[in-house]
Amino acid sequence: MNRFTVNRRTLLKSSVAMSAGLAAPAFFIRGANAYTNEPKGGTVTLGFNVPQSGAYADEGADELRAYQLAVEHLNGEGDGGLLNTFSSKALKGNGVLGKKVAYVTGDTQTKSDAARASAKRMIEKDGAVMVTGGSSSGVAVAVQSLCQDMGVIFMAGLTHSNDTTGKDKRANGFRHFFNAYMSGAALAPVLKANYGTDRKAYHLTADYTWGWTQEESIAASTEAIGWTTVKKVRTPLGAGDFSQYITPVLNSGADVLILNHYGRDMVNSLTQAVQFGLRDKMVNGKKFEVVVPLYSRLMAQGAGEAVKGIFGSTNWHWTLQDEASKAFVKSFGQKYGFPPSQAAQTCYAQALLYADAAERAGTFDPCGIVKALEGFEFDGLGNGPTLYRAEDHQCFKKVLVVKGKENPESKFDLLEVVDEVPAEQVMYAPDHPMFAGGELGTCNSGA
Amino acid sequence: MDAILLQILNGLDKSSAYAMIALGLTLIFGTLGVVNFAHGALFMLGAFCAVTVHRLLSLDIVTLSATEKTAWGTPMEIRTPYAEAWFGDFGTWLIDWSVPVSILVAIPFMLLFGVLMERGLIRHFYKRPHAEQILVTFGLAIVLQEIIKSWFGANPIPQPAPEALRGMIDFGAAIGLEAGNVVYPAWRFIYFLFAMGVIGIVFAFLRYTTFGMVVRAGMADRETVGLLGINIDRRFTITFGAAAAIAGLAGVMYTPILSPDYHLGMDFLVLSFVVVVVGGMGSLPGAVAAGFLLGILQSFASMNEVKSLLPGIDQIIIYLVAVVILLTRPRGLMGRKGVMET
Repeated sequence: MNRFTVNRRTLLKSSVAMSAGLAAPAFFIRGANAYTNEPKGGTVTLGFNVPQSGAYADEGADELRAYQLAVEHLNGEGDGGLLNTFSSKALKGNGVLGKKVAYVTGDTQTKSDAARASAKRMIEKDGAVMVTGGSSSGVAVAVQSLCQDMGVIFMAGLTHSNDTTGKDKRANGFRHFFNAYMSGAALAPVLKANYGTDRKAYHLTADYTWGWTQEESIAASTEAIGWTTVKKVRTPLGAGDFSQYITPVLNSGADVLILNHYGRDMVNSLTQAVQFGLRDKMVNGKKFEVVVPLYSRLMAQGAGEAVKGIFGSTNWHWTLQDEASKAFVKSFGQKYGFPPSQAAQTCYAQALLYADAAERAGTFDPCGIVKALEGFEFDGLGNGPTLYRAEDHQCFKKVLVVKGKENPESKFDLLEVVDEVPAEQVMYAPDHPMFAGGELGTCNSGA
Repeated sequence: MDAILLQILNGLDKSSAYAMIALGLTLIFGTLGVVNFAHGALFMLGAFCAVTVHRLLSLDIVTLSATEKTAWGTPMEIRTPYAEAWFGDFGTWLIDWSVPVSILVAIPFMLLFGVLMERGLIRHFYKRPHAEQILVTFGLAIVLQEIIKSWFGANPIPQPAPEALRGMIDFGAAIGLEAGNVVYPAWRFIYFLFAMGVIGIVFAFLRYTTFGMVVRAGMADRETVGLLGINIDRRFTITFGAAAAIAGLAGVMYTPILSPDYHLGMDFLVLSFVVVVVGGMGSLPGAVAAGFLLGILQSFASMNEVKSLLPGIDQIIIYLVAVVILLTRPRGLMGRKGVMET
């Protein structure tokens, strides 16, 4: 008769084996999955990491609205939105790969460390298979790098720094939004036509990666049309009161102020520039002008009358009359009662692009997604024909040059599109000096 | 010359806020001997009085247009504020002037809040060490901040100045310099004049009224005044309320300069404490003088020429001055002998 006996040696062996099992780091256990957070049940979880406080909180709130709308459409609720106009027909409105789309949210607080912490929480605790969002390039660069290390896809939200798909590009990261170089390339001809070639520019710049690369790009493109750069002054993000930076402009000899600010910073700096009389000033025999290279309707709303006549560039605007833009405005407007911002549009597009790539790849494996998105050409998301370039994971599409409207018809009708600059005019080589210095590397699925 | 004038002007608005907050702080320290770390939160509460009044005045009646449609196909909403519907042009004027109008609400509210705060919390800590007073008032400041955050959200809420006062004043042209080079926004100058008015009223009140005389006597020797049969505690409670009202008024009028958020008070509190220390703990003229001195000094330190020589100096100049003052004259510029000295 066989009896189960426990002697001292068996007990020791079993204890060691059990302890080793319990103490095994999470990644050994995760090894059972083919890739990080492989969805096992009937749902797939996406992580929406947006600024809900800080200088870019208005954009963050709109991003979250867009993501929630995208989830509805992916799950077959609502009117389907851009699923009806998207050139790829892989998505059917029945979730993604047969799984219902669920989501978790995080607050980046417009700070890199907080954004990394909330993204890490969403990946480790909530099982997010993809992280998307952000309204600051500092945040985008930080979260993109984290996602690369943890083996999930990062679909960048509103990030305009050249570095996001330049020196800080990563194989697991993708950007639909345009960048500072493109703003410069699109704006320069319009500035030349309106303000001439003999201008002296003074830059006030948000002191982080986005501000630096925008300052570099705009200075290069305006100097190429004959302008001189008088001074470049860095300002802290979220400064609130910019008067100490604006007063030196008055006697600097400059006749153009270029505000490399975004969100509430731009609202404050532009409003205060107007309060200090810059827009009524004559310098060097010319009317003093202000340029805001990266514009948004939300900022225009915040700055009110101050934006009238001011040029800038934008990724998308709700008054565009193509079928996709009209469909998106309709879906978003009916749900929320106001039109979407450019931040909302880019985030909505990124959510759909990820879901579509998963469908086409037949997997949520980050390496499969990367393969499906690299070199992907599409249309019907509001920006016309678009290419996700394989070399740097940057989207190339038309760029809009806009101007603050003189006679708005509603509180949303604040910008007018003065030019739709084709993708070819804003295209650059992947090894352009402004984007050099980093390696894309290879995809990481976290397996 | 232009640049110097500009920096002096540029320092005025911030200096005025520092001076008004520091005045209240030092009034409380001088009368009650309490180090009130919740004073910044009172400045912030005042600012949110302005936000609340503006919101109440802007409440809309929403009607749907029968003919016009939005881009997303729903009927266009026509919004008319109740104030306009009820009072016509006067309602429009009220909304436009909501910030100055808020003063009428902020004075009684802040006075009452100050009195309740002193009676309900602060008085229990009179005989406790300064460290405990700091802890409890700092805790109160955090509680107030979080209440405001949960109510109004974390984001700054812009408050427009009245349209008639949104322009600028050309000081350069007024004194014969080139026009357009030394300009200053009208509202910021009004804030400076307002601060001067408030400070003047406080000094006149303390100097020329019986109440003020008793408070000053109490500041000098609380026990003797009490022995004379005067209820000094009640007067000090009212003084606390008045200090809260001064901070509140400073906050109300500052909203068009800097959009208020829940953190506004903390941004000003630390600097205002430094102002009090530099001016001399308990010295009212010292607080005002140090407020303007440090505000304008900070403005000069933020000049590009200065920053190119000493990067970051604008962020630390006030603290540097405080260190020097504390090392060489611990009682501050105008502090009484013996205060903060061993």
